Amino acid sequence: MAAKYKDVLFGLYNDETILMKAIKTAKAKHLDIMDVYTPFPVHGLDPLLGLEESRLHIVGFIFGLLGTLTALCGISFIFGGSLLFEGDWPTIFGGKPYWSLPAFIPITFELTVLFCGIGMTVVFYLICGMGFGVDNPVLHDRITDDKFCIAFQTNDMDDSGVDELKGFFNETGAEEVHTKQI
Amino acid sequence: MGHKTYHDITEDLVGPTEAAPTKLWMLGVIISVSLFSFGIFSLCWTFYFGIGAWNLNRTIGWGYDITNFVWWIGIGHAGTLISAILLLFRQRWRTGVNRAAEAMTIFAVMCAGLFPATHTGRPWFDFFMFPYPNTRGPLWVNFNSPLLWDLFAISTYFTISLLFWYTGLVPDFATVRDRAKGFRKKIYSFFAMGWTGKAKHWQRWEYLSLILAGIATPLVLSVHTIVSFDFATSVIPGWHTTIFPPYFVAGAIFSGFAMVQTLMIITRKLLKLEQYITINHIESMNKVILVTGTMVGSAYLIELFISWYSGYIYEQFAFYNRILGPYYWAYIGMMGCNVLAPQVFWSKKIRTSIWWTFFMSIFVNIGMWFERFVIIVTSLAKDYLPSSWSYYWPTWVEIGIYVGTFGLFFTCYLIFVRVAPVVAIAEVKAILKQYGDQYLGPDATEAPHEEHASH
Repeated sequence: MAAKYKDVLFGLYNDETILMKAIKTAKAKHLDIMDVYTPFPVHGLDPLLGLEESRLHIVGFIFGLLGTLTALCGISFIFGGSLLFEGDWPTIFGGKPYWSLPAFIPITFELTVLFCGIGMTVVFYLICGMGFGVDNPVLHDRITDDKFCIAFQTNDMDDSGVDELKGFFNETGAEEVHTKQI
Repeated sequence: MGHKTYHDITEDLVGPTEAAPTKLWMLGVIISVSLFSFGIFSLCWTFYFGIGAWNLNRTIGWGYDITNFVWWIGIGHAGTLISAILLLFRQRWRTGVNRAAEAMTIFAVMCAGLFPATHTGRPWFDFFMFPYPNTRGPLWVNFNSPLLWDLFAISTYFTISLLFWYTGLVPDFATVRDRAKGFRKKIYSFFAMGWTGKAKHWQRWEYLSLILAGIATPLVLSVHTIVSFDFATSVIPGWHTTIFPPYFVAGAIFSGFAMVQTLMIITRKLLKLEQYITINHIESMNKVILVTGTMVGSAYLIELFISWYSGYIYEQFAFYNRILGPYYWAYIGMMGCNVLAPQVFWSKKIRTSIWWTFFMSIFVNIGMWFERFVIIVTSLAKDYLPSSWSYYWPTWVEIGIYVGTFGLFFTCYLIFVRVAPVVAIAEVKAILKQYGDQYLGPDATEAPHEEHASH
């Protein structure tokens, strides 16, 4: 069973270039990095950490498609409905085609964009475990300012393992090393 | 940005949100709120007395209200253009101004939306605009009408701009949160949504920003295209022209950039952000103003040529009336401010002058307001039937509502500059070592770290 709390040992670096070198060293030593935290998106970090490509674009595509279908089906249903269903006030266009696809394109486009944007954003916040009022533990206040952090989980790790990690931080130029329970 | 460190950037950009409000800011808020209150009063007057309180008549059924709507919507275009299109084109200079420009977009769209929402004088029936099964028949909305397309376009534009802007703000709110204490920390924690700066989150965040930019790009073009359809699909001479969509989009970018300039010049001075919003930014935006202004100018001339070439007397008369009719002064204002005035930006000296830029940005905004007024009012004032020809000028109520939108816009903007970082902190940090004095070389990650560690 996973521990309720994570014991985290983390080191703070001053610069992204030092961070990148440290990650390479960690990989070479087969250290199991829990996470890396940075104040801004550092390019080149994803392949180094072996992060998979995000699949958010697929989410965007699916929601976009849903928007397209909602618009086309909705408009067709409403137009058809006003003809077929008893009691609906018929929408009459003098001499123009009743079901006119070109006229539906603007709204179809807008709903495609709307669904895609909202869907992707909501999924982004959900999969990142974020939302208004969510209070995810912050390892160090300077991570969102100017420090670059490598964190290791040390639950069930013996003293020699922790010492090895501290040695790693020392060797790779970490400015500060802290422990925290999150 | 010279030899600034990441921490310096944080200090510079978060600083204004932490300092006590200045007297100038307080004065700005008092003036803006007063204007907004006058706008609310004028709106209440309209709702109480009905739109008879406006000077519209049977001939000129569209006047001040829709002029102001189109003007604000146009202004709202620059934010997304700077954020989205320039992001896709990898124009790094956008990082200095994108946050404030996006905020401006959202506030401008709010102001714009106020006009169609209230133009019936019965805003409590606004929900009639949405297609939903209702007890009035059901009577469905007309999906063939550009006015309904407009409703969808503007609500989508507002939503996507808001999502884009807020997603960009989240990491910066986290920066403010981690520096704040007490109650302030609680507030920013709420809005920072639990951002921690995880590598995976940054990866997704960049994906999200890029895709939102990708979908916002055609969206921004579609919005003003659809606004132009409000006119172009009609049968009114002077309105039913096929050139309207590109001409309106160019005009929107033109006026939007002008408003960004006005705000940026004031903001950089007041918040001392001259190192972040530089002369280079101002010059780049002036170039966009010059290009789009010239596009708008050529559209004006093409319109004149086509009306002459059409051989259609009503079309010809509409344009003759625009130039030499009773609203000739509006046409002069439009041509002078939109076409002639921006030509001074061919000179690099003027393009890089703060004062010139500031005054020209005001000129352009006045000119673009005249453009909408010219298109809308002069085309209606003299219709097919000379006995129904009319002249229109707004009442104090209509002017009051317009003034009120300025109040709303500046109140929102002033609150924004107090509570949120005006320049995107994380984005500026991300490009710090890719360009300029601290450039690390084509592959930044391979640069020797020792010399940087010594900073």
